[in-house]
Amino acid sequence: MISYIAKRLLSGLVTVWFIATATFLGMHAVPGDPLLNDKAVTPEVRASLEAAYGLDKPLPQQYVIYLSNMLQGDFGISFTQKNRRVNDIIRDHFPVSAMLGLLALTIAALGGITWGAITALYRDRLPDVLIMLLVVFAVSVPSFVFAALGQLVVLKFNQLIGHSVIPVAGWGTFKHMLMPSLVLGLGTMAYLTRLMRSSMLEVADTDYIRTARAKGLSAPRIFFKHQLRNAILPVITVLGPAIAAITTGGFVVELVFAIPGLGRYFVQAVQQLDYTVIMGTTVFYGAFLVFMVIAVDIIYGFVDPRIRVDKVGA
Amino acid sequence: MNDTYDPVSGDFEPLLTVTDGEQIDRPSLSYWQDVWLRLKSNTRALASLYMVLALVTFTLAGPLIWSVDPSKQDLEQISQGPGLGQKAILVPDRLPVPSINSLTQSMAEDRADGSGQRLDLLGEAHTEGLTLSWLAVANADSYTIYRHELEPSSIDDLGLPLAQVGPGQLSYHDSLSLEATTYYYSVMPIVAGQPQGYASQRVEVVQAIALSEARYRGLVPEGDDASLLGSTIRLEAHPLGTDSLGRDMLARLMWGARTSLFIGIIAPLFFVGFGLVYGGFAGYVGGKTDNALMRFADFVIALPFLLFMILFKIAFGIGPGESGIGPMLVALVLLSWPATARLVRGQVLQIREEAYVAAARMMGGGANYLVMRHMLPNVMGVLLVSLTFAIPSAIFTEAFLSFIGMGVVPPTPSWGSMCNDGIRTMLSHPHELIFPALFISATVLAFNLLGDGLRDAMDSRLRSDS
Amino acid sequence: MITRHLNRTIRALALCSMVVLAASPGSGVAQDIAVDRARNEISIVMTEEPQWLNTVRATDAVSFIVLDHITEGLMSYDQQNRLTGGVAERWELTDTRATFWLRRDARWSDGKPVTAHDFVFAWQQVADPRNAAEYSFFMRAFTNGEQITQGKLDPTLLGVRALDDYTLEADLTQPTAYFLELVTFISFRPVREDFYRAQGQAYAADVQNMISNGPFTLTKWVHGAELRMEKNPHYWNRDAIHLSAINVPYITSDANARMNLYMDNKIVMATGLDSSATKTAMYNRQKMLSFSDGTVFFIEFNHRPDRLTRNLNLRRAMQAVFDAAELTYKVIGLPGNIPGVSLFPVWLDGTEKKLSEEFPPPVVEIDADKAREYLELARQELGIDEFPPLSLLLSDTPSSIKQAEYFQNVMARELGLQVILDRQIFKQRLAKMTAGDFDMVAAGWGPDYNDPMTFADLFASWNLNNRGRYVSEVYDNHVKRAQSTTNTRIRNRAFGDLAQVIHDDVVILPQYERGYIYVQDARVDGVRRRRFGGDPNYNYAFIKPES
Repeated sequence: MISYIAKRLLSGLVTVWFIATATFLGMHAVPGDPLLNDKAVTPEVRASLEAAYGLDKPLPQQYVIYLSNMLQGDFGISFTQKNRRVNDIIRDHFPVSAMLGLLALTIAALGGITWGAITALYRDRLPDVLIMLLVVFAVSVPSFVFAALGQLVVLKFNQLIGHSVIPVAGWGTFKHMLMPSLVLGLGTMAYLTRLMRSSMLEVADTDYIRTARAKGLSAPRIFFKHQLRNAILPVITVLGPAIAAITTGGFVVELVFAIPGLGRYFVQAVQQLDYTVIMGTTVFYGAFLVFMVIAVDIIYGFVDPRIRVDKVGA
Repeated sequence: MNDTYDPVSGDFEPLLTVTDGEQIDRPSLSYWQDVWLRLKSNTRALASLYMVLALVTFTLAGPLIWSVDPSKQDLEQISQGPGLGQKAILVPDRLPVPSINSLTQSMAEDRADGSGQRLDLLGEAHTEGLTLSWLAVANADSYTIYRHELEPSSIDDLGLPLAQVGPGQLSYHDSLSLEATTYYYSVMPIVAGQPQGYASQRVEVVQAIALSEARYRGLVPEGDDASLLGSTIRLEAHPLGTDSLGRDMLARLMWGARTSLFIGIIAPLFFVGFGLVYGGFAGYVGGKTDNALMRFADFVIALPFLLFMILFKIAFGIGPGESGIGPMLVALVLLSWPATARLVRGQVLQIREEAYVAAARMMGGGANYLVMRHMLPNVMGVLLVSLTFAIPSAIFTEAFLSFIGMGVVPPTPSWGSMCNDGIRTMLSHPHELIFPALFISATVLAFNLLGDGLRDAMDSRLRSDS
Repeated sequence: MITRHLNRTIRALALCSMVVLAASPGSGVAQDIAVDRARNEISIVMTEEPQWLNTVRATDAVSFIVLDHITEGLMSYDQQNRLTGGVAERWELTDTRATFWLRRDARWSDGKPVTAHDFVFAWQQVADPRNAAEYSFFMRAFTNGEQITQGKLDPTLLGVRALDDYTLEADLTQPTAYFLELVTFISFRPVREDFYRAQGQAYAADVQNMISNGPFTLTKWVHGAELRMEKNPHYWNRDAIHLSAINVPYITSDANARMNLYMDNKIVMATGLDSSATKTAMYNRQKMLSFSDGTVFFIEFNHRPDRLTRNLNLRRAMQAVFDAAELTYKVIGLPGNIPGVSLFPVWLDGTEKKLSEEFPPPVVEIDADKAREYLELARQELGIDEFPPLSLLLSDTPSSIKQAEYFQNVMARELGLQVILDRQIFKQRLAKMTAGDFDMVAAGWGPDYNDPMTFADLFASWNLNNRGRYVSEVYDNHVKRAQSTTNTRIRNRAFGDLAQVIHDDVVILPQYERGYIYVQDARVDGVRRRRFGGDPNYNYAFIKPES
């Protein structure tokens, strides 16, 4: 077990190195110049800026410096917020994105399981048809449309009530997080609903359910104790990849709802060609995802006796 | 009763050798025919298949039927809602704009009907422009002109501030995105820095078009100007309305479909194809090569998709006049192939161990034979399913990138960039958002359902009832 | 069994989320009402996070807004946006020298007096190339400034002296009529040496790393999320400041989101309303206001020798078909914008009236026939059969794309010229502009100070911002003429001549002067919209008494 974990961690580190290198090369292949600004600067100012960011050195040397700094956990100083360290930016804004993502995932998972169970329970009857229609809608409408609509709904709701109950935008309290995380989680929720529904129906056909029914167990007992519990498992297995999709997919929601998350910084940094922020954010996210996947695999090894960890690595 | 039966040899004869006892009296079904049958019986999948076909027809044949240039700007009909061609009156090209200043005020006073109204319309009001004039107010520093779509209720509710003009000027020519509707104009004199009441005037604006413009677009017969001016013609019809530059939405949706579907279909074809070759090779060869190849695929999978999509997009750079479709395709392919490669490799590894493959090998089947006869057909199923699911996600990616301004370059239309334009005018001109969003939704939906149906049809065990 | 483990996992996840929640910034509840009468506070929105609240190096508009509330220069603008004394009580300007006598009661937010040394130190820092201040070129106004910014002389040799704690003297390299306007600029704000040196690299990185001498002080800065400015009790003119605090609980660049926040009574102003937002405001019977931010937009030609656009007749042909009014009224279609007629916007002051009234810019005749004649001439001069496609470089904002598509359409339709669009993200566009890799570029220029010179020297041959490399001795001479004197009549005549040269030589095609429609909470008054420095400004804003 320990050697397995060690092996996974080592391969994770190599993967992170790969991401870092790909980002570095990609970044320096980008045409354009991060040091330019609206107003032209004198050659002297430019030289001074280049020296400050180490851009005056040859590329291989920059790469070595970049890697060794990264090993020490230092991503450098932002090009746009010229006295803010990228580490600080990540430290300040990643928790916001993570919180948003986690909440979106929770909403998606709870919603998906509930709706999926209901649809299976009322198979081919009105609630099923209605919910599946909504699912189809949620799967096929782009997230940015939802974000804009969601905010409008909140505004109209507040205007109807007469005072602002749910904040239109911003971040801070739980109330602020409601709408954005709902919008962010909607697509995943729809996907999970579909998954849950088919999983429920599959379980309904199994022998143990038939046995339970034959034993004369009450319908609710069968539903909750046997069907639901077993149907949830496959849904849980897709949550890992869903985390990745949600945490990096939050740009638009962060922008529309004025949320100080890392995604928004990334898009802004791309516009500004902010080398250090782009590289820092990408490597950080990459590393985060890599180790999340490893962690999920390891946890599964404990959770599900049917999965043997030593086989996962093969 | 001893008539016990005594079998005599002659009682029995051997059965005739039945040559066609197990005759197949229905046509034999190949795998694909079976899949097709099952797909046909699935109404939802069938409907989605028709929807896909309809979309493809819309994209390919649409521009032949609705041959409107998607980049043609109809500045007379900007952000028009869906409908048929509007009627418009022909007006001269450059109308001399009447201008009244404090020196010619006497003329304005003659005009005033004495009813206390201080704001008047000079001449006709049509979408090419209209002129207002008002009576001078003593000691005014300036006048602010407003335009409202509702009747003003108070001095704080005069609508859009159009302009502020100096004390010497007593008329204003408005040509700011006029629509054929009713406006309420107001003028508010400022005296000693303070607003001094206001006067309003209701104005009905009619749709108009300049003669030369109508002639350029072939909307009027040749003839002498004087007889044509003032007559009514019908403008171009825009069944789905126009965008903020007066371009035909239907035509743009058709051409945008080419971009979106092109990216949506070609990119998955490429990366699924590449994944097939890569994963198939790795799985077939096996051993260290397989290990190394799959390790590399793992690296690529680990790259955060959207971040790298954006990074690659800007790294490739887009030259002048380029649409940016190429870089987007390349970026999509570069980042998306490993999933298919993994899938195919898994399948190949499994199939390789199957008895029938071993049998074929023992019977002297060459590598080519094995791959073509056994591997490929067996992999095809999962591949097709993953392809149908890859298409909607590629379309979404295009839409998302276009939405954050990293997508295709104008004037190339795409559904995503049309959404991006439309979302800004969501409230005032909802059709500019609804139509492209609808098309994205319909396409994504169709391919998703088709994928579901295919999966069900290909393997009843992999059934998904949703 | 499995479920028990699952429960444990879920519990662990919940714990994780609580940890994350506790660690997330902005957990403190933001002020969430536009006007807080009881506390005498207002809330506003900003489009972006301020990049660096360091007056020496700040360049972005959002930093300027904040810095205009928390710092004050020698000169300032009053409630009516008229030039007035800031830290300076008295001043004297001659052709070669400026002298300022400082107020004795001007204080830093820690109570220490603002002295002439603080200005000398600040200006030396701006000039010092090691600080890489992008506005260092302003310091060339002072003697030795040019050599210092080039790193040839020590910054202490800058021609600025503190005669005593309260008297500042500056030697000017040339007569600078607008010098008093110039020193209102952010780069001329004071910096206190002891504090600056003590903070080092962290200077102005956070609330505790800053010190201010303006009407407000920054008391809270949650990066990317929230700012709060409170009234500075040490500010000399504190009686004129009414608000107790200005909150910035929201930062978003999404115009729709800002309008929604305004409609939800969270912020006192939403600016830059688009057609959708104006419609919302109109149907909600909101009072709308208009404001011109002073920026002119134009299409700049590349005048480098290897470009077709160097040909005057080609440029004339394009000029004769480009209708700025149609662009402004039909394509942009938002009130507040004025069709562009010149490099010099209409709001610039002349000697007695507006500059545009004293020297009306030449009128462009829209004449397609004439244009085609010019084009034919150009074709012959260039010796080509057909014009190759010309590239138009533009940024990736939706509005500039729309305008470029219109331009493309006009040129194809009227002249048969093919214009290809080259859309680039901000920094890539700048790189191409700097390298001269374009035929035309959609550009804009905003004023730094209140004088036509902020526009006039843009196309001087020595100006680094002259990205199209337009070189004309006539133009340069007119600029030099305006720079050689403080006589407004001579200067304005020179500006009038420049407008003529720009028109005749078709240096640019003016597109429009930018304006905005905005909505402002009726309970708040005294908000200043400004063309220079940070806009909007709430220094003198107040909450109206309840009626």
